[in-house]
Amino acid sequence: MADKPLIKLTKSGYQAADRWLVRDVSLSVSQGEIVTLIGPNGSGKSTTAKMALGILKPTTGEAFRAQGLQVSYVPQKLMIDWTLPLDVAHFFQLTGKPSIQAQHHAIEATGISHLLDQELRSLSGGEFQRVLIARAIAREPDLLVLDEPVQGVDYSGENELYQLIGTIRDDLNCGILMISHDLHVVMAKTDQVICLNGHVCCSGTPVTVSQSDEFQALFGLRGNADIALYQHHHDHQHSADGSIAHEHRTGCSHD
Amino acid sequence: MIDDFFIRALLAGIGLALMAGPLGCFVIWKRMAYFGDTLSHGALLGIALGFLLELHLELSVFLVCTLIAVTLFLLQRHSSISSDALLGILAHASLAMGLVVLSLMTWIRVDLMGLLFGDILAVSHRDLIIIAGTLAMTGIAMVFTWRSLFAATVSRELAEAEGLNPQRAEIIFMLLIASVIAVAIKIVGVLLITSLLIIPAATARRISLSPGQMMLASSMIGVFAVVLGLTGSLNLDTPSGPSIVVASVALFLVSMTPFAHRFRMRFRR
Repeated sequence: MADKPLIKLTKSGYQAADRWLVRDVSLSVSQGEIVTLIGPNGSGKSTTAKMALGILKPTTGEAFRAQGLQVSYVPQKLMIDWTLPLDVAHFFQLTGKPSIQAQHHAIEATGISHLLDQELRSLSGGEFQRVLIARAIAREPDLLVLDEPVQGVDYSGENELYQLIGTIRDDLNCGILMISHDLHVVMAKTDQVICLNGHVCCSGTPVTVSQSDEFQALFGLRGNADIALYQHHHDHQHSADGSIAHEHRTGCSHD
Repeated sequence: MIDDFFIRALLAGIGLALMAGPLGCFVIWKRMAYFGDTLSHGALLGIALGFLLELHLELSVFLVCTLIAVTLFLLQRHSSISSDALLGILAHASLAMGLVVLSLMTWIRVDLMGLLFGDILAVSHRDLIIIAGTLAMTGIAMVFTWRSLFAATVSRELAEAEGLNPQRAEIIFMLLIASVIAVAIKIVGVLLITSLLIIPAATARRISLSPGQMMLASSMIGVFAVVLGLTGSLNLDTPSGPSIVVASVALFLVSMTPFAHRFRMRFRR
């Protein structure tokens, strides 16, 4: 069961106008698995997620999604105009009607019960992020896609959110595809980390990485088991246009 | 049937306000006010072509508005001109072309003032039937596409990712706007149709706490403005379109006062 992927990209690439946003990405997310995409700005993380979600059709390669897959998406940006009177309770029913029970559960898990009759526009960055996540989990998804879920959240809030995401996986047993622009901090519960920079630079489990001395030093420093340090060795350099300036050496796994 | 011209005009106006309510909310949520304006300017070209080709006027207006909407959609995708410039070019191009074609057809006597600003004497039984049909169609379409359309208004990508079909909903929405414009000409006239969409919706925003409430309130405010405006038009012998718009602006101004805010508080559950 866990072997059967919910979504799978095979050598997928996306070209906008005459520029490749991302190329040659292969990844899969299975039930109960957390996959994290990391990489600098403009490295194609969001594009990759959008191909996986079916918002963008890959120019090359294939995108597979399991049939009848219930997806929840936490987008990177959501602008709510003044003209739109939308409170948190109504926002929960944006794309469907989750059961009352599931809504209660999501509201409790994210601790937003005091915000239900607030308008979305009046929320702070951290509150808004929690509400987005609450709405996503109330749908009881098979697959949860989070685009930079801790943006605009302060340091302690960030810890809490990562903890929450780990709990969601355990509760719902869903697959999670998460995007982070933070090159260093990745959730400890992540099963697989994929580093993008216009293509897959490298990928691996944080577990193997966590055995390195540097990891343990820094891991102890942060003092929280839910945040891990993914030691990231670049074995090549990118020039400004994203092309690879150096020859690949061994250890850089492209698949 | 309904013999009194004023009752016919009232019924037509009320039907129009009812459908303009929810559509107008989407127009302002999606920031499409100028889009609506461009389509309504195109309506005059539709009328001119309707006379020229001897088509039903509503049908030719609907077709021309749809054509303009499709043109806009394609140009926005494949051209480097900014979209407000495009809207301006299309709006005035079609208005001017409509006026030129109308004046070239010397064999037809057209009441231009009536077309531009509405004429309550002009509403026929046939118009009432068309408006009732359009109202029913709008209601059914809104019930079925409302969720996709609204979700796409908040975030198109979110709607698509979670399995809705925003593109289909947006095409249906565009067709509904074209049909409202087609049936609104006799009551409010070509130049003021958009205000019937926008002003009641903007007024409703100030007293609403949810999207559904705002759509309902927008319809009710529109109906009130139509009744006020048409009564004024009858008694003061003013053109019906501007009279309705003046009435709805007055309601909008009332909604800006602190009194309206208290009204909103009472709405709260």
